[in-house]
Amino acid sequence: MPVEKPLRIYMDHTAGKPVDPSVIEAMLPYMRSFYGNPSAIHAFGSETRRALEEAREKIATLINAEGKESIIFTSGATESNNMAIKGAAYRNKDQGTHIITSRIEHMSVLNPIKFLTTREFKATFLSVDHQGLVNLKELEETLTNETILVSIMYANGEVGTIQPIKEISQTVHSKNAILHVDATAANGQVPIDVQDGGIDLLSISSNDLYGPKGVGALYVKKGVRIEPLFQGGGQERGIRSGTENIPGIVGFGKAAETAQKEMPTESKREAKMRDKLIKGLLDNAPHSFLNGHPTKRLPDNAAVRFDFIEGESILLSLDMKGVAASSGSACTAKTLEPSHVLLAIGLKHEEAHGSILFTLGKQNTEAEVDYVIEIMPEIVKRLREMSPLTPKEMKLNVH
Amino acid sequence: MYTEKVMEHFKYPRNMGEIPDADGVGTVGNPVCGDMMSIYIKVKEDRISDIKFKTYGCGAAIATSSMITELAKGKTLDEALKITRGDVANALEGLPPVKMHCSNLAADALHAAVEDYRGKASGKVKREATTTEINRCEYCKREIPPEECALATYCTTVDGKEYTFCCSQCGQQFQREKTRG
Repeated sequence: MPVEKPLRIYMDHTAGKPVDPSVIEAMLPYMRSFYGNPSAIHAFGSETRRALEEAREKIATLINAEGKESIIFTSGATESNNMAIKGAAYRNKDQGTHIITSRIEHMSVLNPIKFLTTREFKATFLSVDHQGLVNLKELEETLTNETILVSIMYANGEVGTIQPIKEISQTVHSKNAILHVDATAANGQVPIDVQDGGIDLLSISSNDLYGPKGVGALYVKKGVRIEPLFQGGGQERGIRSGTENIPGIVGFGKAAETAQKEMPTESKREAKMRDKLIKGLLDNAPHSFLNGHPTKRLPDNAAVRFDFIEGESILLSLDMKGVAASSGSACTAKTLEPSHVLLAIGLKHEEAHGSILFTLGKQNTEAEVDYVIEIMPEIVKRLREMSPLTPKEMKLNVH
Repeated sequence: MYTEKVMEHFKYPRNMGEIPDADGVGTVGNPVCGDMMSIYIKVKEDRISDIKFKTYGCGAAIATSSMITELAKGKTLDEALKITRGDVANALEGLPPVKMHCSNLAADALHAAVEDYRGKASGKVKREATTTEINRCEYCKREIPPEECALATYCTTVDGKEYTFCCSQCGQQFQREKTRG
């Protein structure tokens, strides 16, 4: 069957997802008709209060929290991560001042920790192996009675690797430290159970579930205390003051409900497409490799790299063919630095520069995957012909 | 983010390839930085009679390489040496500010090719740049090559001071106050 060539293929879902139409429908009444402040006691307030608590319940169910009171709404994963890290550090500094994290965390985890080290805190940045798994032995060795907080991501959005959170939790709790898990990339992809996983603090965001941007949540296990980032009117149990973003939260709740329903089948579907995409890309181009773990991997994540060529020029070439992806190259970053994640898994700078990330989503089809597989060899070949790094003896046409 | 002119040169690069019997070759940049290009020239009666390029790098690096071959072809060597990075960027109807430094290397590569030709013609041996400064990671004591030193770091600014992960190998953090130039 000939492949229908679509004009626009979106495979950059980890950077941003479309909002599900059912989510938009759920949100509209809370922009049009229901505007009362949920803290108010009148009927207008009660309407939005009810919607707020229903959404909280849905989020709690999605991650199997012990109760909906454990869910604190925020403005997104960056706020959740900052709140968890700074909040737990300042609240528990009497117990110790040491924080442990890994080198492949998101900037919204690394930078708050780096900030804390300019105050009275110390930090250890754990190494990861070539496939992106955190070094558990190093975690054990660096954990001391001084350690108050360990922050490890559930899964990495850039290389797809899923961490053994339960094992990490057991180690962390053996020293009575708090475990914060940034589940931004994993949320909606793999089932998350905070109770079974032994997680104390968990960051998630709405857009990763096809909800609106600008909304997120922090799960705070019962009994775990954190200092608030904002002082104000005492909303969200005093942990996050400020009138709640009701339309956003309602959308987040709807998105969580939908994700829970769809995840079992959708994850399988995406994982199958992911495997086909990875195989198709690697088989059709010599000197190409997978980034991250081959099996402990997010179902949407196809991260590959091509030697001798640079990522931004691959992205531009893909964009010319209607395909949107992303890259770990310095040339696409604000910092002019290749991705810290790719360097941490042991890639050389030039290998990181040639890395391309495709992240799949609900609307992607197998025909789209086939199209990407079909166009990629020509793109790689053209750029390699231009590159002074390509070995002269290399055969550019290998099929 | 790129102008139409940049995209046009990226899509249809002019004079791409090598000249096996080139009279002068100029290579600048570094794969570690993400941009590297070689310019090959043939010289006839003090004029650039043929010019080709090979480039590893981003869209801007490829487009500037392509553009410089158009700007330099047929020019005398002295005229070629007067072509600046700014001329290349202007001919492309502008480059994003972040690309002006890192990817706009084509003029440098052309100048290096002309110097290579003149050096050969006058029998002079090209002098290699030498560096004596050795940078070491404060923690693992690994020697950090000069080209990596600026790159193995990523910085964040807190209270006007920059804090740096210096070593890409051990990842140890140390604080280094830097002043931005």
